Amino acid sequence: MRRPAETSTAVFFLLPAFAVIFLFHVIPAIYAWYISFFKFDNLSPMIFTGFSNYARLLRDEMFWKALFNTFYFALGTIPLSILISVFIAVLLNQKIRGLSFFRTAYFLPVITSMNAVAMVWLWIFQPDIGLLNYLLGFFGVSRINWLMDPVWAMPAVIMVSIWKNIGYNIIIFLVGLQSIPGEYYEAAQLDGAGEVQTFRNVTWPLLMPTIFFVTLISLINSFHTFTQIYMLTPDGGPLKSTSVIVFYLYENAFKNFDMGYASAISFVVFLITFILTVLQNKFWGRNIHYGN
Amino acid sequence: MKRFLTYAILIIGAIIMLLPFYWMVSTSFKAPQEVLSVPPKWFPSALNFSNYLNAMKSAPFGMFFFNSVLVALINTALQIITAALAGYAFARLDFRFKNALFLFFLGTMMIPMEVILVPNYMLLKYLGMHNTYFALIIPWAASVFGIFLVRQFVLSLPKELFESAEIDGCTHWQILWKIVFPSAKPVFISVGIFSLIGSWNSFLWPLIMTDSESMRTIPVGLAYFTAEFSTRYHLMMAAAVLSILPIILIYFFAQKQFVEGIATSGIKN
Repeated sequence: MRRPAETSTAVFFLLPAFAVIFLFHVIPAIYAWYISFFKFDNLSPMIFTGFSNYARLLRDEMFWKALFNTFYFALGTIPLSILISVFIAVLLNQKIRGLSFFRTAYFLPVITSMNAVAMVWLWIFQPDIGLLNYLLGFFGVSRINWLMDPVWAMPAVIMVSIWKNIGYNIIIFLVGLQSIPGEYYEAAQLDGAGEVQTFRNVTWPLLMPTIFFVTLISLINSFHTFTQIYMLTPDGGPLKSTSVIVFYLYENAFKNFDMGYASAISFVVFLITFILTVLQNKFWGRNIHYGN
Repeated sequence: MKRFLTYAILIIGAIIMLLPFYWMVSTSFKAPQEVLSVPPKWFPSALNFSNYLNAMKSAPFGMFFFNSVLVALINTALQIITAALAGYAFARLDFRFKNALFLFFLGTMMIPMEVILVPNYMLLKYLGMHNTYFALIIPWAASVFGIFLVRQFVLSLPKELFESAEIDGCTHWQILWKIVFPSAKPVFISVGIFSLIGSWNSFLWPLIMTDSESMRTIPVGLAYFTAEFSTRYHLMMAAAVLSILPIILIYFFAQKQFVEGIATSGIKN
């Protein structure tokens, strides 16, 4: 039984959210796809050019470089970040003193804005009087021109990104660790398994779904990376060594005002994140059943 | 031995995590010539509060702060309201195309912000809304993730609760207000905290949608400040400290909600 009164209430309840999402998200998304078939600089009239923006993508070395840089960024951040955060989470997942202090320490970079923390990292990376080169000097490392060196600029960005997000991963892994039933550990203990064996045979495999989940989320985030690139290397780094895909999109759209082309790039961003999100949802659905 | 190692590693890790913050604060109090000393000095020789005054004089941080707070608060309030209404409708009301519409909403979560950046820039320019609070707030006034969370919560409430209210002649509006709102506090807190952090830290959107200094939020203000004062580290650090203080204060007051919010709904970043 459908009561007519409910329909009108439903319309009233859904309208605000629907209007916002439809007007500012759905229609613009369709429009973005539409203008990717035009040459358009936001001033002169639009010229229909068919697939030429997409053909240009295939030929554009800077686009491929940006794509490569994005993968470099993802590969540099994700495995290392996961290893460190699993390790820290395992250590934190014990009866220890000062838990809330440690949690705060590791979590602080997560809640502060990238813009603010990037400012201090700019200062830390300063090659002549910066803190990092000074500290590395004790280990015999000679001066590195971090953000001005095409070899070191991306590792510097990766370092900041790992530092910034590790607390987030630690929290997720702590939840994952706490959901592992205690019986597994008791059984391992009865079998006389040592610490390392228990970790290898119990913790790691049972944490695998969480690790997979974090990997996918991090991959998706890698394809949206922008702020730290803009703050640390405002021109996309020496020889464009830190120009990731969203940065390249930004430059095309709002520096060159090549908006049709930028929209074609945004379609690629959409496609990649779409595939990753579908994968993540598929996996997440399975994971819910996995628990019981 | 094992316990010793655990603490040693955790403490070294914590030092690495906190060192940049310490360096930020310590530099922000140093005199300009002290900043340039080789080797670096760990402690400022005096607390130069003048750096903070000079930073505030160099850019209207009060205005940036006001803009950020205003945008974040209105954004959060609107997201909670739209999520409550739509989430309740999807959970409790019966209407045509409900499932299709819900799937449609979920589908829009797949649209990356970068895709709608150019069209919204054009649309808002066309509407004469570029460079206004409207451009910063309204496009983000609804969160599908929030709607989803509220829907799941309302579905989990016992049916009898609603039935007895309906028998008493309560309208849906009253049920939402008197039953759902009070009991769904944790959900609204997680939606709220997500929206608050998201809005407070958002950078690319306000960078594109505003171009006058008076409309800048803190992240955009900091980016311009950095470009202008890139070598005066004492001023940069003072500005950075000022900008992170509010969120750190909120964190210390709502630590539990922060961590739980991330843990329970850590699905969306």
